[in-house]
Amino acid sequence: MSIPESWYIVFATVLFCISIAGIFINRKNVIVLLMCIELMLLAVNTNFVAFSRFLGNPGGQVFVFFILTVAAAESAIGLAIVVLMFRNRRTINVGELDSLRY
Amino acid sequence: MISQNLLIVLTAAPLVGALIAGLLRNRIGRAGAAAVAIASVALSFFASCVVFYQLVWGGAPVFNANVYTWLEVGKFSIGIGFLVDRLTALMLVTVTFVSLMVHIYTIGYMREDPGFQRFFAYIALFTFSMLILVIANNFLQLFVGWELVGLVSYLLIGFWFHKRKANFAALKAFIVNRVGDFGFILGIAAVLYATNQLGYGPTLDYAPVFAHANALAGQTITVVSGHPWSLATVICILLFIGAVGKSAQAPLHVWLPDSMEGPTPISALIHAATMVTAGIFMVARMSPLYEMSPTALSVVLIVGATTAFFMGLIGVVHNDIKKVIAYSTLSQLGYMVVALGASAYAAGIFHLMTHAFFKALLFLCSGSVIMAMHHGQDMRFMGGLRKRMPITYLTMWAGSLALCAMPGFSGFFSKDQIIEAAGASHIWGATYAYWCVLLGVFVTALYSFRLLYMTFHGKPRWKVVPGLHEEEGAIPQPGVLPHEPKESPLVVTIPLILLAIPSVIIGWFTVRPLLYGDWFKSSIKVLPGHDVLAGMGAEFHGALPMFWHSFYSAPFLLALAGFAVATYVYQFNPRVAGKVARALLPLYKLLNRKYYADYLQYNLFAWGGIRLGRWFWKGTDMGVFDGAVNGAAFVTERGSRVFRRLQTGFLYHYAFAMIIGLILLLGGLWYWGLT
Amino acid sequence: MNHATLQMACFVVFAAVALGAALTVVLAKNTVHSVLSLVLTFFSVACLWLLAQAEFLGLALVVVYVGAVMVLFLFVVMMLDIDLEPMREGFIRYLPVGIAAAVIMLVEMLGIIGIKAFDIQAGPNPAGESNIEWLGEALFTHFLLPFEIAALILTVGLVAAVALALRVRTFSKHQNAAAQSAVRAGERIRLVKMAAVVAVAPAPAPEPAKEPQA
Repeated sequence: MSIPESWYIVFATVLFCISIAGIFINRKNVIVLLMCIELMLLAVNTNFVAFSRFLGNPGGQVFVFFILTVAAAESAIGLAIVVLMFRNRRTINVGELDSLRY
Repeated sequence: MISQNLLIVLTAAPLVGALIAGLLRNRIGRAGAAAVAIASVALSFFASCVVFYQLVWGGAPVFNANVYTWLEVGKFSIGIGFLVDRLTALMLVTVTFVSLMVHIYTIGYMREDPGFQRFFAYIALFTFSMLILVIANNFLQLFVGWELVGLVSYLLIGFWFHKRKANFAALKAFIVNRVGDFGFILGIAAVLYATNQLGYGPTLDYAPVFAHANALAGQTITVVSGHPWSLATVICILLFIGAVGKSAQAPLHVWLPDSMEGPTPISALIHAATMVTAGIFMVARMSPLYEMSPTALSVVLIVGATTAFFMGLIGVVHNDIKKVIAYSTLSQLGYMVVALGASAYAAGIFHLMTHAFFKALLFLCSGSVIMAMHHGQDMRFMGGLRKRMPITYLTMWAGSLALCAMPGFSGFFSKDQIIEAAGASHIWGATYAYWCVLLGVFVTALYSFRLLYMTFHGKPRWKVVPGLHEEEGAIPQPGVLPHEPKESPLVVTIPLILLAIPSVIIGWFTVRPLLYGDWFKSSIKVLPGHDVLAGMGAEFHGALPMFWHSFYSAPFLLALAGFAVATYVYQFNPRVAGKVARALLPLYKLLNRKYYADYLQYNLFAWGGIRLGRWFWKGTDMGVFDGAVNGAAFVTERGSRVFRRLQTGFLYHYAFAMIIGLILLLGGLWYWGLT
Repeated sequence: MNHATLQMACFVVFAAVALGAALTVVLAKNTVHSVLSLVLTFFSVACLWLLAQAEFLGLALVVVYVGAVMVLFLFVVMMLDIDLEPMREGFIRYLPVGIAAAVIMLVEMLGIIGIKAFDIQAGPNPAGESNIEWLGEALFTHFLLPFEIAALILTVGLVAAVALALRVRTFSKHQNAAAQSAVRAGERIRLVKMAAVVAVAPAPAPEPAKEPQA
């Protein structure tokens, strides 16, 4: 394999920063926020995969496996909450979710 | 062989008695409480006598063992234990005997008092505490007993807690003792330090500490940097500060005269015979340590001599019968301390014993007089009681003669030896001490006979108003009685007689074994260079020659002079007293105000303490601490008003905050590096 | 074009597609477009992982994420009748802020990592022939307990999602099968005790005959 590791790292970093920007830009839409989090996890996972390969240690890939598990559970519950929220409030606009505000 | 169980019974019996009399006081009633307390102390006295017999005639060895391990800290362990040698045995018998007499006397004296059972509980508890103190085989147990007797003393001085003066006197006694105890516990700490430092382990048991006392020589301790002090001197002076407080030596004597607010049996038991002598006992017990420090001995000597003479002088001008005896007690305690300072520990303990008998007797006699006068204590309103109270009169004479060291009475043998020892001592300050104790004899005779004359002789200065309404425990006006004063009942007079017997005769057969025999050879250690008693022993040929010889000696002549002056002034020409007082007004005022000791202590220490306390209260507590607490609440409240604006409740604000924090963190890491 | 160059070219292509799709996720007006772009991102990244010889994870990503999670996203987005306009507010206003934050972060991260330090070439594939064997051996030996816990987490997630979204309709007519099976014979009939004779009020006028009860 001839692709240098730094390529993966740069790619993951850029992906991560895109998702950061996404959180800033789509600040009202819960679903897009959830998707941005998925993107972040993807960036992190890419790093893990690359390091696992380059260091020859399966631990990184196992860790990715677990992250995928937890992320799947997280998005399932997150989407369930979104559905519930929409059912109760008829909106998923983060700007209107201010019951806990002082 | 002394049985350990016997010692446990001896010590614990008064405690059990106190608990029963105190906790079940309503169940068992007045008679029951008195019976239990007296029985417990009688048992203790009997056990003490058995121990004494076994030790002196039975050939039993010294008993020294722990019966219980109290606490263990690493290598250091403290037990509850018994050390019974002849010094302890003598103290045990004296304490339990006087205590028993006082218990019996109390039945009569406290007959009408509502706190009858409580009183018995307290004095039985006191007996227990005192036994713990004298029987201890380590410093910490000694300290426990020391504090326990202080506590019971506080309780008993303030026994009539509805009297303001009694409450203040109790507090004063407690606080002044606290000053002494502070020194005492520092001294114990210094002993612990020394034992650890000198390599015979951290220990507070008497045996190893005394056995290695020689190791203290030449050791120093640096408390203030640059000034190494002799370790032995530091230990001994600190311990002596405790004795100064407990045995009411100048300048911590102020509590003892005020403690006379307590019931008279207490004055006899605690503030004359036993507790105040704890300091004397302690120093005698520590004799191996004190022998290592001539400086400390000089301090002891000078403090004792000062107390012996100057406190006696105050007794000459006071009119309260109990206060006069209280100052006399101070003075006699001073004599004992002088004996300790002159390394004549045996003489100090000897005087302690004889004093316990005759001073308890004097107090109980004065209590009898006070009962007859319906709780009036002012001698100016007494007089002429001789015919009406013959037993009290005679026993009080016996006690006074013993106190004045009239040849043949017990006080003579002990006090004369102290004076001689002070004269024979070569320690720094011995000359001053000698003159103080010598002149003290004159003063002692003066106030003793003044008291006798004012109380029993002359014309009655009280009058009887029949049908006078008697208030609770006190007459409304001094010198006015509802009926004729009469002799006290048998429960009062029998203890008087029983105490008068040893007061008169005990000196005859104890002076040789105690002072010149090998009685104390296992308990008291005296360096050959200091041993004044050994020198005096060479000239001692028995009690009878000493008796005959004394008629040519200075103390006897001085006592006689005191007697003569008192007789002239108070029996035949009472006006002289007033004239002398006016002529020597400054001196009279000085004495009447007790050398302004209270005044000085109030203004120096109490006032300073109050100011300091007020400063801490207003400045530190209210300013700093309350300010800090309230300020913290204020800042929190105001801060939360501001910061709650941050809690917008909007999800994206929190997300922004997280990301901005992440950016800052990364920036910091980049700037300062990862490592 | 040799083997290495081909690999690098593939990497560049897939990375470019992934980043472009990611940008679309973030910037798309329509949420459905965002979800579809995310699917594309996942596909491309899965390819990148395949290039890194992590075959199992690459395929798992496609199967689990694209096949299940993203469908779930799409399903939710389409099911909910969302008014998108108010959610777009501040989009233009926050665009520069978001870009600035992203750029600062990128610079910082790259600065910290120091790309050169990791510019290393990979050795021979440690997995050998089979990536799954390599991974499975680690997973079922060293990481057995975390593996079991992961299974538990998935179960809990499943139950939680169902519990959250489940709505019990009280007015709906449905059979309670559990209650039906659990019934006992004694509960089918209720016997009521009554007095044998009932005081009857004076007989009213006979009512007209009713129709038989249903």
